[in-house]
Amino acid sequence: MMKICGPKLSLCCTILSVWAIIQLGLMAIFFYVRSPAFIEDLKIDDHDHHDAEKFLKALDTSYSTIAVNCAISAGLYVVTLAVSGWQMWVNKNS
Amino acid sequence: MGSIFRSEEMTLCQLFLSSEAAYNCVSELGEIGLVQFRDLNPDVNAFQRKFVHEVRRCDEMERKLRYLETEMKKDNVPILDNGENPEAPQPREMIDLEATFEKLENEMKEVNSNAETLKKNSLELMELKHVLLTTQLFFDEHEVQSTMNIEQRDSEPGTSITQNLLPAEEGKGPVQLGFVAGVTLRERMPMFERMLWRVCRGNVFVRRADIQQPLEDPITGEEVFKTVFIIFFQGEQLKTKVKKICEGCRATMYPCPEAGAERKEMAQGVKGRLDDLSTVLSQTTDHRRRVLAAAAKHLRTWFIKVRKIKAIYHTLNMLNLDVTNKCLIAECWIPTSDLGVIRDALRKGTERSGSSVEPILNRMQTQLKPPTFHRTNKFTSGFQNLIDAYGVATYREVNPALYTTTTFPFLFAVMFGDAGHGVLMLAFAAWMVIREKALIAAKMSGEIWNIFFGGRYIILLMSCFSIYTGIIYNDVFSKSFNIFGSAWHINSNATVENLEHWEELTLDPANREEYSGKPYPFGFDPMWQIAVNKIAFQNSYKMKISIIIGVIHMIFGVVVSLYNHTFFRNYISLVFEFIPQMIFLIGMFGWLCIMVFIKWIMYGAGPEFGEERSSFCAPSVLITFINMVLLKKEKEDPTTPCKVFMFEGQYILQLVLLVLCIICVPLMLFPKPLILKSLHNSKKRHHEQQAIAQNGELGGEATTSGHGEEEEEFEFSEVFIEQAIHTIEFVLGSVSHTASYLRLWALSLAHAQLSEVLWNMVMKIGLSQSSYTGSIMLYLIFAAWAALTISILVLMEGLSAFLHTLRLHWVEFQSKFYKGEGYAFTPLTFKHIVSGDEDDA
Repeated sequence: MMKICGPKLSLCCTILSVWAIIQLGLMAIFFYVRSPAFIEDLKIDDHDHHDAEKFLKALDTSYSTIAVNCAISAGLYVVTLAVSGWQMWVNKNS
Repeated sequence: MGSIFRSEEMTLCQLFLSSEAAYNCVSELGEIGLVQFRDLNPDVNAFQRKFVHEVRRCDEMERKLRYLETEMKKDNVPILDNGENPEAPQPREMIDLEATFEKLENEMKEVNSNAETLKKNSLELMELKHVLLTTQLFFDEHEVQSTMNIEQRDSEPGTSITQNLLPAEEGKGPVQLGFVAGVTLRERMPMFERMLWRVCRGNVFVRRADIQQPLEDPITGEEVFKTVFIIFFQGEQLKTKVKKICEGCRATMYPCPEAGAERKEMAQGVKGRLDDLSTVLSQTTDHRRRVLAAAAKHLRTWFIKVRKIKAIYHTLNMLNLDVTNKCLIAECWIPTSDLGVIRDALRKGTERSGSSVEPILNRMQTQLKPPTFHRTNKFTSGFQNLIDAYGVATYREVNPALYTTTTFPFLFAVMFGDAGHGVLMLAFAAWMVIREKALIAAKMSGEIWNIFFGGRYIILLMSCFSIYTGIIYNDVFSKSFNIFGSAWHINSNATVENLEHWEELTLDPANREEYSGKPYPFGFDPMWQIAVNKIAFQNSYKMKISIIIGVIHMIFGVVVSLYNHTFFRNYISLVFEFIPQMIFLIGMFGWLCIMVFIKWIMYGAGPEFGEERSSFCAPSVLITFINMVLLKKEKEDPTTPCKVFMFEGQYILQLVLLVLCIICVPLMLFPKPLILKSLHNSKKRHHEQQAIAQNGELGGEATTSGHGEEEEEFEFSEVFIEQAIHTIEFVLGSVSHTASYLRLWALSLAHAQLSEVLWNMVMKIGLSQSSYTGSIMLYLIFAAWAALTISILVLMEGLSAFLHTLRLHWVEFQSKFYKGEGYAFTPLTFKHIVSGDEDDA
């Protein structure tokens, strides 16, 4: 039963993880369905700005990439949730 | 019949208590907490009051209990809190309590002093042990050395360390070295050595060794590092000098025998004594713990009992003693609706005391101003505190706290307007409210926590309203939701050519292909989020609704003053303050709001509106309003189909309103003081006639004006100036307060922009990644974005919006009707004693 962090830090991390999982999960879905609300968050290189076909394709790729990124981050936060939850349990027992 | 709309009706009562029953009756009244006693002996010194001895005894008992509490805290003995509420004990039980506390205190003091002595002894023994160890080392080394030397010099083995190393010179006898061993603080060693060097002129030899483990100082309890030293010198004079220096530098000296065998024996003895001492010490600490644990079970009950007794005697000190009737007289304020409860409590108290004399409760007529008592529950008490912080309501005037329960969260939400942040606040507030009982029982300290926890219902409502306004502003962490389908479409403009040529595309709302004509059903259209002119559009909307909300809030305030005027039968104010104020507000700023609504309804973009009512022709409401006051009539511009006014006869209507409002100003200023003056004069004349009539009847008996009211001063200039101040405050204030409500717009704009900037500067970095490794970046940046959201947008902006809402209520709303000149009802109550609050009665 190793204690990595104290009770306050583990509580903070747990709450943050729950929030992150919900928000990043939703954002992953929204990026996947190509929501125009996130259009300013896309990464489109400068050389793709000149040709309409390339631009639209870059738009699409960026949406997909960011959707996957959000999903992966959400997964990382699931791991964080597990670790900080375990730390909270360790702190409660000690 | 009380409610939160007005403060309760209070009666001044006279209470006659028999001396035997007094204590118990006051105890029962304290338990119910509904009676405020007036101090009938205000000019009596605290030391000359009747029950000063009892209060002093209670103070002594409390002091002893606090001493016990500190001892328990030092040893981390848990104090039991089973939530029970013991009744105040009878006066004769006080002696038993005092004896118990005295015994406990003496026992604790004895145990503590014994422990201190034991610790001192153990410290000396430990230092001695170290000294012996270290000197053993010194002498061993030296013997090794001297054995080497001896081999060299071929002298006899087993020479003592103190023998002169140099060969004895002729004429001088063998000189023995003396030594002194001792212990001192490590920090003092350098100073000590330097002193020795200087005073003994370098003729002493010092060796030192640090003690590795820290030793506990018996008085302070902290652990200090010490050093063992041993000083070698020759001759008696040096010995005295060395000893004096040791004493001066507060180094403790220990007798150390020269011979090795003796030292070993001493070490054994020391070890044995040290073991014994540690056993005794542990037994002492055990005993101390047992005593404290036994006392800890009752500590809270004792505290409550002693504090209750003290409160009761403080109250008894305020009563008058009627020696002839052998009873105590009290004057107290009680809520009229609680007379029955109080009579029951008095009966209970009399029964408990075994007295046969019933207490008498008489209602008194009085001109004194009663205290203001609002009956609140856990929900309304938060809002009531907000209002009372500005000023306690005058007796029986309308309580703004009732309306504040809704207007406060609403105005907050208009400024905070973000559904995402609202959800975060809601989570926090809901946790506090749901876990209420556990959190109250936990008795957490920390003023900031108590502030948040005390306002949990306020925060709960604020967050719910914020989610609502967030949906209307369509703002969730600066992003919009498209639930119903946007009314704006790009349609035929969505071509590759447009995409390649234009950076921005302008969508014309008059074009039904680009704007469907059916607006988004609830809230802002999500298209505005990505529009470049979003702020310009939102500004127009938010400024207008801020003014509309402000004018409604202020008119509501004036309407509340109507209720106050009718209740206090202040008909002069009703006619000459309320009516002109309403006409002025509605005529000026109500008209401004009506113009806004007319413009919204009549003008628009699109084929349905025609040329005259197109968005191009919509007149500026502000300019129209200014022209109205300045009586400017602008000429029609023939080049455009637009009209200056929105409808026929608007100019005449505005003129009439302006004239009405101007008339209202002298109406507010002059009539009331003049009428008051004439009323006062007629009253004076009436009293004079009465006095003459009475004098005539009773044959010249001098009747001094026993009617107190006649002495009431009436300074006309004062009344007039006060009325002038009120008028100016209202008239000028109406303009400045209306503009003040624009902070609703300003703060919501600031909040929205801060939220957007935070997303664009922080979150966007994490999102705009071109590869999958960007997910690590996003993982870290999300945490940073979340921390900044909570700290800046929820906490800082939340506090800011809270403050501004509070200001709007206190200044703009309450200045229309609130007097706030009352004093709060402070009954004798034991609630804070039982809950364990720190404030003393």
